[in-house]
Amino acid sequence: MSSTMSKRSLLKMAGWASLAATAALVGCGKKDEAAAPAASAASEPASAAAAAPAGPLKIAFAYVGPVGDAGWTFAHNAGRLAVEKEFGDKVKTTFVEKVPEGPEAERVIRDLVGQGNTLIFGTTFGYMEPMLKVAADSPAVKFEHGTGYKTAPNMRTYDSRTYEGAYMAGVIAGGMSKSGVIGVVGSIPIPEVIRNINTFTLGAQSVNPKIKTKVVWVNSWFDPPKETEGAQSLLNQGADVLFQNTDSPAVLQTAEKAGKYAFGWDSDMTMFGPKAHLASAIINWAPYYIKATKDALDGTWSTGSVWWGVKEGAIDIVSISDKVPAELKTKVETIKAGLKDGSFVIWKGPILGQDGKEVLAKDAVADDKFLGGIKFYVKGVDGAVPSGN
Amino acid sequence: MTGLTADSLALLIAATLNAGTVLALASLGLLINERAGVLNLGAEGMMLVAAIAGYATGVQTGSDTLAFAAGAAAGAAMAALFGVLVIWLNTNQYATGLALSLFGAGLSAFVGITYTQQRLPERPHFDIPVLADLPFVGPAFFRHHPLVYLTVLFAIGLTWFLLRSRGGLILRAVGESPESAHALGYSVRPIRLLAVMVGGALCGLAGAYISLVYTPLWVEGMVAGKGWIALALTTFATWRPARVLLGAYLFGGVTMLQFQLQGQGVQIPSQWLTMLPYLATIVVLVLISRNPMWIRINMPASLGKPFHPGA
Repeated sequence: MSSTMSKRSLLKMAGWASLAATAALVGCGKKDEAAAPAASAASEPASAAAAAPAGPLKIAFAYVGPVGDAGWTFAHNAGRLAVEKEFGDKVKTTFVEKVPEGPEAERVIRDLVGQGNTLIFGTTFGYMEPMLKVAADSPAVKFEHGTGYKTAPNMRTYDSRTYEGAYMAGVIAGGMSKSGVIGVVGSIPIPEVIRNINTFTLGAQSVNPKIKTKVVWVNSWFDPPKETEGAQSLLNQGADVLFQNTDSPAVLQTAEKAGKYAFGWDSDMTMFGPKAHLASAIINWAPYYIKATKDALDGTWSTGSVWWGVKEGAIDIVSISDKVPAELKTKVETIKAGLKDGSFVIWKGPILGQDGKEVLAKDAVADDKFLGGIKFYVKGVDGAVPSGN
Repeated sequence: MTGLTADSLALLIAATLNAGTVLALASLGLLINERAGVLNLGAEGMMLVAAIAGYATGVQTGSDTLAFAAGAAAGAAMAALFGVLVIWLNTNQYATGLALSLFGAGLSAFVGITYTQQRLPERPHFDIPVLADLPFVGPAFFRHHPLVYLTVLFAIGLTWFLLRSRGGLILRAVGESPESAHALGYSVRPIRLLAVMVGGALCGLAGAYISLVYTPLWVEGMVAGKGWIALALTTFATWRPARVLLGAYLFGGVTMLQFQLQGQGVQIPSQWLTMLPYLATIVVLVLISRNPMWIRINMPASLGKPFHPGA
């Protein structure tokens, strides 16, 4: 009996060992992409010695989604690659993908500090509190938090004016909708997303004042099947142009299948729905990531809050479809030029709230504080803003 | 003002059947291997690997049938790996299942890197001639992918198999009391492996359905928790195919309904509405399965327990 027992436990141990090996294989979501350049930098220390005596500047990125999401995280990673290209062996970048928002993020960010990174980018709203905590404990490390609103002496926030892209997409949607109903698949009801829904609607109304916007929330940044369901539901309810503030191309794909229109978001998504795709509102993080890296390398880094848009080359609308009439295209180009030179302002009164009351008086221009705290829908958006934020 | 016209009701039903199919397929698969006494928590991983296998095959060959076959084969292969570990090496079923789930997520992401940038070739619509043109019932019931109908047929067949056939009796015996089945001369371990592989193949079909039909694209992690929901559904449905089907359609239906309500501007916070499918499914299934006797009869008595012949 005892001999069978020991044999059994041996087998069990073998099983556990193979399991552990599997887990170790898949558990490593971390990638050291710039390991080779780092080594070569160490062998010739003279060139970089003045700026960074301890070798290359170690930069880490924490991503909320997979790099392969073809949207939000994909765009951030393109920014990271641009930093590598710009600074070569003066920097060493690493990233961790699929870091959930919340307490888990704190552990990952602490880990990145422990690995000797001195510039850390957190690329989603939900890393704000964890990053603040880690920043307080690591004064020598510079933190860059994306899309948040809290800062610290060593933590700067940065964001892009995604609503400018939403506005230009809205202009196209307003011109292309036949039913007069457009739909938005919303992710998580935070001011940024509500602002995008509103601005998309304002853009559409600039072409067709009677347009209505329907909104469904999936309460997730990345859930392709649910995004599909939300998009399908909007189509079922009569929307013929869709827009999304979620991270995958599922909404565009659903419109493609149904023979309706939609947009790409964060990255150029033309290929996911060549027939349905009207344009992609993209974010280009490269200019900011290069600037932040330069600040850190030059020793000119300081805290603050940075919000870049079309003007700084951070936001653009690209791959406008041939189905969009020339007249509408020209309108979009004019708006883009206006945003670039500052002659055109999107959030300028009069703007009415859902109930018809003025939220922005005639000729008043919304400042960033106003834009950062939008928790209401403008006139023309159906439904209630989800509470609790 | 509910705005629920006949047309939108038909579309709602269509979307419900479509959404429920993914869950039903995976859940029925898990039901089979749980009836044999093996709990496989790796459903999510199997579905992800099957999703990329199906998608890659679809992109390369352009054939729907081959793509689904590849998905099923990938699911079965993953399940076989799990089966050998837990059935012969007697590793802990919970831990091994979780590892399989992580492994599947990683493997699918790795294999799928290049496929994010590729598209499936154009595929035909699946309309049943004549019936699809009927008013109301046409758009609601007769414009689906064949797998939607096959899932229903399969659930009916499975009920018959489990309760009325000799094979079903052996399968249940292996899950209830493997010692007795062994004493009667049945090879418990191969039977369990077969059940696990069939379960994996069905999870594979569900995964392939997501990447080929439901959301025809590949992005990493796209199954997004459906595997876990399917696992829970199997338990809440007390291992009965008809209830799995009911639960799956209920979940799909309430998901679509809550989006409809959101779109119509119902004054309920969307967070609550998002919870609704889970709540509704659990409440309904708990209510119909509230008889403790029933649960005891239906729950495989040896679920999750290893079997050692000769012990």
